[in-house]
Amino acid sequence: MEKIPILRMGSFLLVTIQVDMHDRLATQLQDDLTQSISDHEATGVLIDISSLEIVDSFIGRMLANIAAMARVLDAETVVVGMQPAVAITLVELGMSLAGVRTALNVESGMELLYEIRGNFHSDQDHEISQT
Amino acid sequence: MSRLPEILRQHEGEINSNWLRDMTSAVRRNDLLPDKQLQSECKEVLSALVEGANSGDLVRLENPAWDNAKELLQSISASRAQAGFSPTETASFVLSVKKPVFDVIRKDLGGKADELFAEIWTATMLIDKLALVTSESFQVSREQLIARQQQDVLELSTPVVKLWDGILALPIIGTLDSARTQVVMESLLGAVVQTNSRVAIIDITGVPTVDTLVAQHLLKTITAARLMGAECIISGIRPQIAQTIVHLGIDLSQVITKAKLSDAFSLALQKSGRAVVRTTPEKSVGIGKQPQANKE
Repeated sequence: MEKIPILRMGSFLLVTIQVDMHDRLATQLQDDLTQSISDHEATGVLIDISSLEIVDSFIGRMLANIAAMARVLDAETVVVGMQPAVAITLVELGMSLAGVRTALNVESGMELLYEIRGNFHSDQDHEISQT
Repeated sequence: MSRLPEILRQHEGEINSNWLRDMTSAVRRNDLLPDKQLQSECKEVLSALVEGANSGDLVRLENPAWDNAKELLQSISASRAQAGFSPTETASFVLSVKKPVFDVIRKDLGGKADELFAEIWTATMLIDKLALVTSESFQVSREQLIARQQQDVLELSTPVVKLWDGILALPIIGTLDSARTQVVMESLLGAVVQTNSRVAIIDITGVPTVDTLVAQHLLKTITAARLMGAECIISGIRPQIAQTIVHLGIDLSQVITKAKLSDAFSLALQKSGRAVVRTTPEKSVGIGKQPQANKE
């Protein structure tokens, strides 16, 4: 069965959507991601949708839902690399994804996560000495 | 069977000379069109008329036999429009051929009132249609011009400029309607991706009025930019517009707004972790890099 891989980087999770999303895949991703957040005690989720070219209201809602679920599990979500056409479509659909943070690309998305959550190696080596 | 084609063919020369002779100066407009050109135009129109009439179809100009005549009239209309003729004058030029044509018809059919009336009616219908062709082509060329200019204005008025590394500015000039918002949005989002910019300044100094619709369009653009990871700052809000926005109850609390483009720019610099520093002492005339220095 098709599955979207979820990569772990320190305390952040990295999800790259590289296929066209259909509804089952989206719900599957929701399940997997919430599970992974709780398993790895992740504090940040980065979703790269730069190769996603078609969205509908369901996928838009899924993104908003994932962010909301992650927030409940105490993780920040950043959506990166949205295509202009996708952004316009979402706006026209009336979905502003109010609770979701966004960034231009993976790099700036990661920076944003560091900013929000501090160093991504988290509490093990650096943070204690810093604070 | 109408005798009109035959009459026209037989008396082509006579019609031509009478036409030119009787043409009033109002139709002639010698100040815009030299006599020589007028003569050749008359001749061409007349021969096209005869040629079209000879096809036997005196009612429908859609008949391919009339293509030549229509093309000729369209080109005459276009050249006259350029020379400064009004559409009325161009149509009058074609209509003024009626009198010489009626004259020759009367000469030929003088005795037979019924036939005379029928031929004159056919002729008048035909010439009216030809005159309408000139008006229509005038209109069409005008409309094309307007459409092209509209397109030009649309493209001209939505430039996206890069102010600094990672900072874009989008000065909007003119009213924002749905069609323009689309163009603005597309060009802004395209530029955001291309230049990898995190901050975009939308300057609305050139927007004459802001109503709820315009504000909604602006918010849409800002939301779309935010979805892509770029932050928008609105600048150039004039005092009256600030009043209108509040009176209309438009909620811009989610958006960063600044009064001037320079304020927005310095905020954008600050957001990207930069600062502008004066390199020469305050009093000297040297041009500092500080945005405030250019403000006055």
